[in-house]
Amino acid sequence: MRYLPLTADDRAAMLKTIGAKSVDEFYGDVPASARLKGPVPDLPNFQGELEVERHMVKLANKNRAASDGPFFVGCGAYKHHIPATVDHIIQRSEFLTTYTPYQPEIAQGTLQTMFEFQTQVAALTGMEVANASMYDGSTACAEAAVMACRVTKRNTVVMSGGLHPHYAETTRTLCEAAGINVIQLAPAVDGELELSNNIDDKVACVIGQTPNVFGTLTDLTPVGNAAHDGGALLVTVFTEVVSLGLMKTPGEMGADIAVGEGQSIGVPLGFGGPYVGLFTCKSKFLRQMPGRLCGETVDADGKRGFVLTLSTREQHIRRDKATSNICTNSGLCMLAFTAHMTLLGDKGLTHLATLNHEAACDLADALGAVKGVKVLTSRYFNEIAFETPKHADEVLAALEKQDIIGGVRASRLFPDAGFDNVIIAAATECATASDIKAYAQALAKVL
Amino acid sequence: MTMNSTGRPTSFSSSDSSAATTTVSGSKGLLQAEGLIFEIGSTGKTGVDLAKPKGTKNRLGGVTRGKPTGLPGLTEPEAVRHYVRLSQKNYAIDLGLFPLGSCTMKHNPRLNEKVARLPGFADVHPMQPQSTVQGALELINELADWLMKLTNMPAVAMTPKAGAHGELAGMLAIRAALIARGEGEKRKRVLVPISAHGTNPATAAQCGFIIDEINAAADGRVDLEDLKAKLVESSDIAGIMLTNPNTCGLFERDIKEIADLIHKAGGYFYCDGANFNAIVGRVRPGDLGIDAMHINLHKTFSTPHGGGGPGSGPTVLSEALAPFTPVPFILRTSEGLRLVEHHSEAPDSFGRMCAFHGQMGMFTRALAYILSHGADGLRQVAEDAVLNANYVLARLKPVMSPAFEGYCMHEALFSDGFLKDTGIETIDIAKGLIDEGYHPMTMYFPLVVHGAMLIEPTETESKAELDRFCDALASIARRAVQKDPSLKTAPHLAPARRLDETRAARSPRLRWTPEPPTLKAAE
Repeated sequence: MRYLPLTADDRAAMLKTIGAKSVDEFYGDVPASARLKGPVPDLPNFQGELEVERHMVKLANKNRAASDGPFFVGCGAYKHHIPATVDHIIQRSEFLTTYTPYQPEIAQGTLQTMFEFQTQVAALTGMEVANASMYDGSTACAEAAVMACRVTKRNTVVMSGGLHPHYAETTRTLCEAAGINVIQLAPAVDGELELSNNIDDKVACVIGQTPNVFGTLTDLTPVGNAAHDGGALLVTVFTEVVSLGLMKTPGEMGADIAVGEGQSIGVPLGFGGPYVGLFTCKSKFLRQMPGRLCGETVDADGKRGFVLTLSTREQHIRRDKATSNICTNSGLCMLAFTAHMTLLGDKGLTHLATLNHEAACDLADALGAVKGVKVLTSRYFNEIAFETPKHADEVLAALEKQDIIGGVRASRLFPDAGFDNVIIAAATECATASDIKAYAQALAKVL
Repeated sequence: MTMNSTGRPTSFSSSDSSAATTTVSGSKGLLQAEGLIFEIGSTGKTGVDLAKPKGTKNRLGGVTRGKPTGLPGLTEPEAVRHYVRLSQKNYAIDLGLFPLGSCTMKHNPRLNEKVARLPGFADVHPMQPQSTVQGALELINELADWLMKLTNMPAVAMTPKAGAHGELAGMLAIRAALIARGEGEKRKRVLVPISAHGTNPATAAQCGFIIDEINAAADGRVDLEDLKAKLVESSDIAGIMLTNPNTCGLFERDIKEIADLIHKAGGYFYCDGANFNAIVGRVRPGDLGIDAMHINLHKTFSTPHGGGGPGSGPTVLSEALAPFTPVPFILRTSEGLRLVEHHSEAPDSFGRMCAFHGQMGMFTRALAYILSHGADGLRQVAEDAVLNANYVLARLKPVMSPAFEGYCMHEALFSDGFLKDTGIETIDIAKGLIDEGYHPMTMYFPLVVHGAMLIEPTETESKAELDRFCDALASIARRAVQKDPSLKTAPHLAPARRLDETRAARSPRLRWTPEPPTLKAAE
């Protein structure tokens, strides 16, 4: 077995040193009825690298990759180009095969990238502090809701109709378990401002998303003002972090907590994970924040260095009083994010965001020109919702036959909400002019 | 001194070879000094070349960014150098033995990295039509099948994104089952051993449960008498969270009796599967009477730890808890595999735990690992991991203080007993190991052992590596007993000296700013 260095002679010699006859002795505490005499039944034995790779390639080849042709799926995960350098960096042994930097003297590499990541995320969002990342945007959103209840000592959260329904459901799961009331506003393409009308003295926070799941951009400043007037917090959510290259930031909108998905920078689509949840807040709420934080300090020689800090919020110290049960961050995805962001810089990010926005404008124009198509989003970044006279299922299936993956049917996200004919489509820098043209032509044929 | 024909010395002079050297650059030979990107980059620079924008009038509806990010960029050569220099300040499994107990730092096979990057896995979108991702769904099902067979459990929730998230899945399933029984309000008490990992009580509390701690017996296992006493009044019992093998590296020999007691009390048995790597292929937790258990794919099945994540925590469930499994999950139909994504189709499900379908990138790696080992190889994995740990225990027993009598499972636990009256503490032993070229063991965990040192060598270490490590640790132990003061200031040879953690917490500086650090105390 290629991964196991012990030889039969080694094993015998080690048993002798230990004074045991066989490894069976080490399992002496296992109840007799639960001891397996041989390998677990109904499972194959070991295979060589060639055989395993062959099997995995066979499975992979059954999937249609985003790069295989015109591709316009968004709704919380986005197809972007990742510079080759990023993957090279995250495959460095010293990053890939290390763990949580519990011993900072031999983990300054990981810790410094964490500190740089926190700084980048804070600057992108215009917020005061960022943590070292969460599992993904949806769990970051759920944790934000629970945190807002801790901060305000109130017990109700209100979620907008444009919040990604996976985020809303994830938040509902965590809130219900914690005894928090959840108010979900009706799904709406352009309804984020409705949050302002749902604030009373029980509401801990309102959660709005921009761009929302339909692609609509909203300045949430008025919602923030209404929330603050009512003693509640504004939580803002984004699923497309590239939008922050052009969009008004959560900080500029007065967000108290801003969370989102960082996948678009550095992390491949990967069928939904692992991704990297971004979590930021005002510094006055720092002690209520979930997740890992890295801070600057000095070593015994007075040299600058970094350590994990403020761990008195965390489960290993506070146990059942911790701010969250989270015990990791999304380490390697965080590294991919920060490396890609470093390659971009402000200049590259603004440029990238502009290309995305222009692609979406072209898509809206091309599809909007098709007879029967009505574009529903009026302010958007790189994603739009549109309606056709036909059921979205039928339209997308017909497009798929022409090898165009045209987007997500809104009813997959919101069943029974009257969105049967609505499609949500994203265009990033990866969507070429000919992809967009092919989409419009195919759509015209389908309709 | 010998010279070659050009006058270049070909042997070294021994006079000043050990002199301490300070350098103008701050670098030390191969170890390069490296600033923050905010100090070495600039906003005008970028490492990407993108197509020229057309100049379309924007349709952002006025929701535009006021202030630029101010974030610096680096060109590609500068960026590569930045991260490579930083990487060299990290210890890693690929460098040497990484005996961090309860973390299972084993070799990460590179085949797994290769297959995870196949475009058919890495470049597929979670929301693209299900007809176009049948291979991805098949892979998830195949891994699920292995996990169920290895544990002898009838169901598995694949979406949890880490071990602690898996714990949450299990406890939410228990909560949902209690509610379905009409006992959700009544049964709120969860028993948790004091030796448990902090995530256990934190998770239970997140689900609205009240934690009741059970004592540890002198042999490092659950104190069965204390457990029984806590069950005398049992109408409020929701369940127990028990790690097995436990955090002391020991198998809970009364586990079946504990399962029976909990079930008789009307509660459920959550088993923390963090240490499944010690028993995989030799013991199936389903044969022990458990109701739920998460499996850390990054531990038992060697997906890379990546500097602290991402993990993956599929959670196996018993017949009793299976109906409450989170969405989405996969159904096999006559037309192929299909995702059940909504509560309306799975009314008993406790709901959704995250966007999309779990840690696919970890599933591909874990399946490659599992197929490579097979049922026979996985059994050998557990046996070698346990053998290696017992070897370390046997070799260090003469110079250190084993926390408990007898054999261990996959990790060897020592107390700081041998350091009594030396002035040397567990942390000093750990830092001494750094100078010897090793990552330290887990220190001060589990909490039930004073000054705990938890050593998990894993099965991917050779006997020669183990001997080298034991020699190094034994020498440090001997130096400690002789009160060697240099241990108090170790490490001396690492990229950094001991760091001031108190200062970091007292005046938190969590992001770079152009101004010098403020030192005022935070609220």
